[in-house]
Amino acid sequence: MKVKGTYKKSDIWLAFWLIIPTLIAIGITAFYPLGQTFYDSFFKWSLRPGFEREFVGFQNYINLFQDPRFLSSLWNTIYFTFFSVLIEFLLGLGTALILNAEFKLRGLVRAAVLIPWAIPTAVSSQMWKWMYNDQYGVISLILYNLGILEEGTPILGTPGLAMTAIIAVDVWKTTPFVALLLLAGLQIIPNELYEAARIDGASIWKQFTSITLPVLRPTIGVTLIFRTLDALRVFDIVYIMTQGAVGTETLAVYNRSLLMDNIFSPRGLFGYGSALSVVIFLIIGIFTIIYMRSLNIKLD
Amino acid sequence: MRWGMRAKRNTQRTILYILVILMVIFYIFPFYWAIKSSFTADQYLFTKNITLWPQGFTFENYIKVFTERPFGLNILNSIIVAGATTIFSIIVGSFAAYAIARLKIPGKGPLMLLILAVSMFPQVSILGGLFQLLRNLGLINTYPGLIIPYIALNLPLTTWILQNFFRELPKEIEESAYIDGCSKFETLWRIVLPLSAPGLVTTGLLAFIQAWNEFLFALTFMQTPEKYTVPVAIAMFTGKTFYEVPWGQLMAASVIVTMPLVILVLVFQNRIVQGLTAGSVKG
Repeated sequence: MKVKGTYKKSDIWLAFWLIIPTLIAIGITAFYPLGQTFYDSFFKWSLRPGFEREFVGFQNYINLFQDPRFLSSLWNTIYFTFFSVLIEFLLGLGTALILNAEFKLRGLVRAAVLIPWAIPTAVSSQMWKWMYNDQYGVISLILYNLGILEEGTPILGTPGLAMTAIIAVDVWKTTPFVALLLLAGLQIIPNELYEAARIDGASIWKQFTSITLPVLRPTIGVTLIFRTLDALRVFDIVYIMTQGAVGTETLAVYNRSLLMDNIFSPRGLFGYGSALSVVIFLIIGIFTIIYMRSLNIKLD
Repeated sequence: MRWGMRAKRNTQRTILYILVILMVIFYIFPFYWAIKSSFTADQYLFTKNITLWPQGFTFENYIKVFTERPFGLNILNSIIVAGATTIFSIIVGSFAAYAIARLKIPGKGPLMLLILAVSMFPQVSILGGLFQLLRNLGLINTYPGLIIPYIALNLPLTTWILQNFFRELPKEIEESAYIDGCSKFETLWRIVLPLSAPGLVTTGLLAFIQAWNEFLFALTFMQTPEKYTVPVAIAMFTGKTFYEVPWGQLMAASVIVTMPLVILVLVFQNRIVQGLTAGSVKG
């Protein structure tokens, strides 16, 4: 514990003026809207001019948990998150291991791997939507020709298949990020460890399980956290590819639809949408806290 | 025996190179396919033949994308919004980062936690409240209506990366500047910030990419096609009728907005990787 007397008054004032712009910015555009959303969730409320706020207590929340569309979007979000994060992790680890090996043009290959990450999600969604096109899309045509899919099956219009296609886009887009984080973790492993293991006659697989994985564990943990939290919030890909049709609606897509599609509705669904916003916030918050506890992350 | 070792090594090399090639194809192919489609004339684009090279090579899609829709404006909107976001988040974020990294003040941990907490907020959870706020301020469908929320979205990462960066600068430089009669703010402005140019470039790049790519807020707060940023314009791409998507043009638009990012990534890949890993591995 520091004694108060060790702080200089001038430092504290300067720090105050330096930090206050940041606090004002996040206060106005993050904390205040969050509070507003929380408040709205207890009302029947719409932005329709002249609409009277009506306090309904927890009714919006009670309705939410009886809403089949909410429950299915919750399930879809969990399904999407589980499979996309799992596949991204496995492919990302593979990519990182390859990038950690020595070969010609490695710098260029690493840059090439980064490209999907840099492309705006909206753009990559459209690129893939074109490849999925049920008449002229290259992926559809290949799958039809190989006899895997029946000619003319619309990939993005078929339940089950559509979600798989969406997951594929997310995997393509995000694996580079996963790979880079894991690669950074791999690069801190000293080469001597592997050399010693080789002299002891350890196989490559043995080296992987007894050196690489244990050293990489903290990095893997952080990577999985980042990805899970991101995947739980997925919006862009789903909105652009299917607008949430054929069993692909995720929480964020349903939430925006509730808020914005009914914004001036006399039914007052804005409050209901706000309740869903709060629930999403709580889900993410709980995940964050569990993760930070389990990894024992400390700040400063 | 020796020959066997070498053969084994060669096989391993070959497998590695095959894997590298497969990997590059996986990551590059969709982008390549977009480029290929953008240069293909419509009569060849809408066929069931798969060809790896554009047939009926044409620039028509690239011309039409600017003449048939306000795509030039959309790019300008994105440059203004992402540019302003980058500049403001770096200035504001570097102030806070310096205070947290270098000044002796109480409560640093909770302060950093408060700022980082924002990065955990699901955007959709503040969408409703933010929409009402911007509407009351008359900022819906304006640049500031997008720039201000983007700054807040970027500040956690900016502050975090920069305070890590400031901590690694040698303290002696600041101390000697201080002894030479510079105030602490002058020291920050004249000495620390110029010395931190590499860190500022990294954070600036990440902030720019994030703002350039953001979709949910842009979709909700920009309401007329002339005000759309690039991702929204691309998502809302339609032809003469709603069901008739001009895929060639759409791919041309995609290539146009992706090219600058690809070049940034190729030029600054080391910086970007550093920034991303500082933002995550240490977190």
